Amino acid sequence: MTETQFNFQANVRKALANRQLRANLTFAMGSMIAKRKVIFSDVAAFEALRAQGNAIRRRALLQLPELLERLEKKCIENGMSVHWAETTDEANRIVLDILRNHHATRLVKGKSMVSEEMHLNRFLADHGIESLETDLGEFIIQLDGETPSHIIVPAIHKNKQEIARTFHEKIPGTPYTEVVEELNAIARKTLRRKFYEGEVGLSGVNMAVAETGTLCLVENEGNGRMCTTVPPVHIAVMGLEKVVEKLSDVPPLLRLLTGSATGQLITTYVNMITGPRKPGEKDGPREIHLILLDNGRSRILSDEKLRQTLQCIRCGTCLNHCPVYTRLGGHAYGFIYPGPIGEILTPQMEGLDKAGAIITASTLCNACEEVCPVKIPIPDLIRRLRNESYDPNGSVPGHGFKRTLAEAAAWKAWALVNRHRGLNAIVTKMASVFGPVLPRIGPLGAWTRARTRPGFAKKSLHDRAREKGIKDA
Amino acid sequence: MSRDEKIEQLKARMTAMRSEVHVVPKGDRNAPWTNQLKTILAEKGLKQMLYAPGTAVGDAVEAAWAAGDAGLPALKAYDAPVETFKETLFSMDAGITGTMGGIADTGALVLWPDEKEPRLMSLVPEVHIAVLDADHIHETFSEAMEKCDWAARMPTNALLISGPSKTADIELVLAFGVHGPKEMVVLILV
Repeated sequence: MTETQFNFQANVRKALANRQLRANLTFAMGSMIAKRKVIFSDVAAFEALRAQGNAIRRRALLQLPELLERLEKKCIENGMSVHWAETTDEANRIVLDILRNHHATRLVKGKSMVSEEMHLNRFLADHGIESLETDLGEFIIQLDGETPSHIIVPAIHKNKQEIARTFHEKIPGTPYTEVVEELNAIARKTLRRKFYEGEVGLSGVNMAVAETGTLCLVENEGNGRMCTTVPPVHIAVMGLEKVVEKLSDVPPLLRLLTGSATGQLITTYVNMITGPRKPGEKDGPREIHLILLDNGRSRILSDEKLRQTLQCIRCGTCLNHCPVYTRLGGHAYGFIYPGPIGEILTPQMEGLDKAGAIITASTLCNACEEVCPVKIPIPDLIRRLRNESYDPNGSVPGHGFKRTLAEAAAWKAWALVNRHRGLNAIVTKMASVFGPVLPRIGPLGAWTRARTRPGFAKKSLHDRAREKGIKDA
Repeated sequence: MSRDEKIEQLKARMTAMRSEVHVVPKGDRNAPWTNQLKTILAEKGLKQMLYAPGTAVGDAVEAAWAAGDAGLPALKAYDAPVETFKETLFSMDAGITGTMGGIADTGALVLWPDEKEPRLMSLVPEVHIAVLDADHIHETFSEAMEKCDWAARMPTNALLISGPSKTADIELVLAFGVHGPKEMVVLILV
């Protein structure tokens, strides 16, 4: 979905009408919520761990520029190359240059949301390079030409019948099978060959440690380790907020991440990369390139309140717990990051005028804030961005895009009516007479399409108080 | 936590994630732990096993295999850079490695691959056999980091491994052996 085609209302209607999608999501989200609950069953311990996670992330963001410099210095000392990209275009160019320097035409990719943010696959395809997703979920959606609908389980919107059809149609010589183990085996066989032949591997980064210059990657499948170990060149792309200060910050965040993301005590693999192959070592990449992507993050950092958006460790649990996400799935949100975290992150990156519509996709029920492992006050930030949408003096790009003269005038009138007792009495009276017969068109029509129209009382509270003999103050 | 409690917790956690865990006495010259290893492997019908000569585990295995028992996988050393060794590597059905330690509370092994024991030994072969000294089990990851002073001496690649490779990307159905090893065998030496 490109920005110009983005029509949130239409996306919502389409998603809600898709019964299969809703069934797939209801089942999956319920199951993920239950799994997480088991891991964090000790509430006191979980709260203590959350407080620790929050403190680690806040401490990192408070000294982010310094930490990034320390990370760069350490990584270079360790033998890596470090690249800075202000925009996704720049980041894509850097990846392409590295590939061209090695005359590489094929890239094997581990799961990375930042690479999705860059639309890297499309960019590389335009430049004649095969960029192959190797995480099973990403592999499935790449075959279907889709983007992830969830940041942790990208193909969660599909059931096994849909995946069976995709494999049968898109992978030559594959018989139709709905047996999950067999589907996994098909992916294993297809991708093993690709790892074997891989020229350059690309991955994301779950956290980078400034103290030691270490890139931490967590995964269950082993494709990430394949991509970062078998090919002679490894490129890691990372949002610049993902740095932590110390190595000792890793274990608590890791516990929060895997518990929140998949309800696991730990993933199958925690892969900590501190340098390329040393002389004498027989495997591991000969070159490691770390690309630090800004794409609006430093601007987000400069606002003390909105900065909390960058505490995110991309566990996806706010998606699982969101009553809106559970009914829509990720694609309706139109951009890479869906659900509650997407609602606060995307408009800040893309601009409110482009992506601001998705901030309405919240009931402000607070579930996301309650489960967030690093305590991001998501509903608060949604309110702030909703205000920015109407504020001509806001600070977020695209602020004030929803402001209309008619609405501004209506609120001015509202304020006036509520400041003058006589005027208020007249208008209240009019509302009780004309309110019930207002035609359901325009904003009222839209509002009442799925809601009951509020009734106006025949008598105002003032009148009733007066009848009881209570005197005006 | 006592040593036995740590062993029990690690075993329980790793077994829950489909690892095959054996607690094996280190033994002595006449009855070394490798005798148990042979018994375990003989049942699996493996053809070729990657090992790391020059490491404690590698040397013990090499010595034990010298007797030439039938039914055991042939040993193959990872003796060349991956560029020239790839074909052999990808045809191995087992790999045996040592470990730096274990983490009881989450159930995971710590591996620091090096010149002798390269990174891909624990990833590419279909079965990964890992040998852990029970004295090196820590309660938590934080404790392991602190006690062994990781921050001062990070290797090029440090790994935590908690079982065979797995995925739940299709309908959240947990399935094992997607890209990495399909089976994980852990020998805890006591």
